[in-house]
Amino acid sequence: MYTQALNEAVERPRVVEDPEKLAAFQARIDAEEKIEPNDWMPEAYRRTLIRQISQHAHSEVVGMLPEGNWLTRAPSLKRKAALLAKIQDEGGHGLYLYAAAETLGVSREELYEQLLAGKAKYSSIFNYPTLTWADIGCIGWLVDGAAIMNQIPLCRTSYGPYARAMIRICKEESFHQRQGYEIMLTLCRGTPEQKAMAQDALNRWWWPALMMFGPPDSESVHTEQSMRWKIKRFTNDELRQKFVDATVPQAHYLGLTIPDPELRYDEATGHWRYGKIDWEEFKRVIAGFGPCNRERLEAKRKAHEEGRWVREAALAYAAKQRARAMAQKIAAE
Amino acid sequence: MTTIHIEETPHLCAVLRLADTSLVLAHRLSEWCGHAPMLEEDLALANIALDLLGQARLLYQHAAELEGKGRTEDDFAYLRDAPQFRNYLIAELPRGDFAFTIVRQTLVSAFFHPFWQRAAGSRDATLAAIAAKAEKEVAYHLRHCGAWLVRLGDGTEESHRRTLAALDALWPYTGELFEVDAVGRAMIDAGVLPDPETIRPVFEATVDRLLREATLPKPPATWMHSGGLRGVHTEHLGHMLAVMQHLQRAYPGAVW
Amino acid sequence: MAEQSMPLWEVFIRARTGLAHRHVGSVHAADAEMALQAARDTYTRRGEAVSIWVVPSAAIVASDPAEKASLFEPTASKIYRHPSFYEIPEEVGHM
Repeated sequence: MYTQALNEAVERPRVVEDPEKLAAFQARIDAEEKIEPNDWMPEAYRRTLIRQISQHAHSEVVGMLPEGNWLTRAPSLKRKAALLAKIQDEGGHGLYLYAAAETLGVSREELYEQLLAGKAKYSSIFNYPTLTWADIGCIGWLVDGAAIMNQIPLCRTSYGPYARAMIRICKEESFHQRQGYEIMLTLCRGTPEQKAMAQDALNRWWWPALMMFGPPDSESVHTEQSMRWKIKRFTNDELRQKFVDATVPQAHYLGLTIPDPELRYDEATGHWRYGKIDWEEFKRVIAGFGPCNRERLEAKRKAHEEGRWVREAALAYAAKQRARAMAQKIAAE
Repeated sequence: MTTIHIEETPHLCAVLRLADTSLVLAHRLSEWCGHAPMLEEDLALANIALDLLGQARLLYQHAAELEGKGRTEDDFAYLRDAPQFRNYLIAELPRGDFAFTIVRQTLVSAFFHPFWQRAAGSRDATLAAIAAKAEKEVAYHLRHCGAWLVRLGDGTEESHRRTLAALDALWPYTGELFEVDAVGRAMIDAGVLPDPETIRPVFEATVDRLLREATLPKPPATWMHSGGLRGVHTEHLGHMLAVMQHLQRAYPGAVW
Repeated sequence: MAEQSMPLWEVFIRARTGLAHRHVGSVHAADAEMALQAARDTYTRRGEAVSIWVVPSAAIVASDPAEKASLFEPTASKIYRHPSFYEIPEEVGHM
């Protein structure tokens, strides 16, 4: 998902936790109590959360770019307004999430520096290009659809600030997927060229969308601990299956073909069984070798560098104002 | 669809001038989305762009009613070529650096805030309603961009230099805001739109106050650009429209 | 070199007149005016507010969760503070 790289093994913290405190902490989690910023928490819990929330935040802000690519070419004023509002929401969601991460004792600047330095991960999906207008439809329908699958259970995640940010995000995102599906529907009911555009976009976005849920459970390193801490409530494969089951009928309604020759309905279980995912591609894109990794980070670095003088000016002005207020106070005394 | 031909009555032309200005400005602001100096500003600029886009849509819908030929807002936005656009030139200049965007938005808002205030009393009831809505929106744009102008002007040496450069580049485009041609005169006489001369003192006072706070010198009286209102634009508008209208032009008649 | 960080502000929103301000999140801004505007642009995009407060995060003093027991548990025994502690005959009516 937006935090799929969490599934990679990382160095375990060397802190030895007090077993009594650990047990009390686990008891609180088991009792469905929310953990709040100043509460005692195991170092590994804090670190997992910082990584997960910041990856999620990075995904939101990098995710502004592929859609932003079509902002100036949106084909109607209504679509332009909806797309701008949607991308703006994503920025807002990034902001809520950075704010949640900051309650764990890291600064946004620090997290953002990690992103720009290429040291932090974000969702692999945003390293794919948006080549036609139908890609905007597909992103809303599939990418936001997959994100919602993941985010709804996160509203109940054990860390209070994260859960509250997710509730806000889910509420605001409810229009995003509908926006995308409506674009697809309009294309599929349009000219043959438009329908072909829709099919082409689905062909390119389907597999990357399935990869958003992260590696299969059998290869996922952190799932078990994250489940025990109730940071995560469903496994990658469970969520992926839910997504496929929900999405296949939607594609059929559009009259589009899912680009998976092995896709078939399993009467016994009521699930859609899908073919093999190319995990080599997934690993490659996560490792930085997707079609647009370089461009995405470059765009963010450029904006950050070009904005430096603006941030410096704002801080310098604030410092001057404080000094002026101080001087006035002294003069008055 | 090929380019449409509009028979502009003075009233229709006047509404298109406002609609085009809002749309073109919104488009320029939207170019910042994802690239602003900080995340908070991504949201702020997008909010302003959405306000302006909303104004443009209402104004195009009104233009369609005035024309009475069953056209839509999108026909006006996507199927006219640059010479048919009626926006003020200041709106179409490329977004530039953050100082350029802030100075432009401040100057335009300093004009349009009192403009919409007065237009809220228009004899054209639809326009009056749009103006009443726009006035509140632009009041906030002025507050936000004015606050930035002061901070950039009185911030660091670099921010001061950049803001001054933007002001010098943009000031010669402010004269057009006060131009009154035959269309403008007809609208003033009919009580549809305010006389820009009545707006000048408010505009000047706002600009003077902000520049003083920003420690920026007021640009000297200079030669002023003109042409947008009659469709004689800068080189930039054509490029902007080529991008904006791309899909509508590439797939004529398609519904999106 | 890491750049100087933008101060953090906590944001409180009054959703409707008559309600108290409620904490909704935080923003970064160099000064109070910009913080207020950032809060408006971030947390009220769907008409969620009639009033906003922003407070420097550093100005908030919080109780220590470890002292939860000593701070909050002693009140549990003061049952005479609750109306149900007192018995009033039903004939008296609502009180």
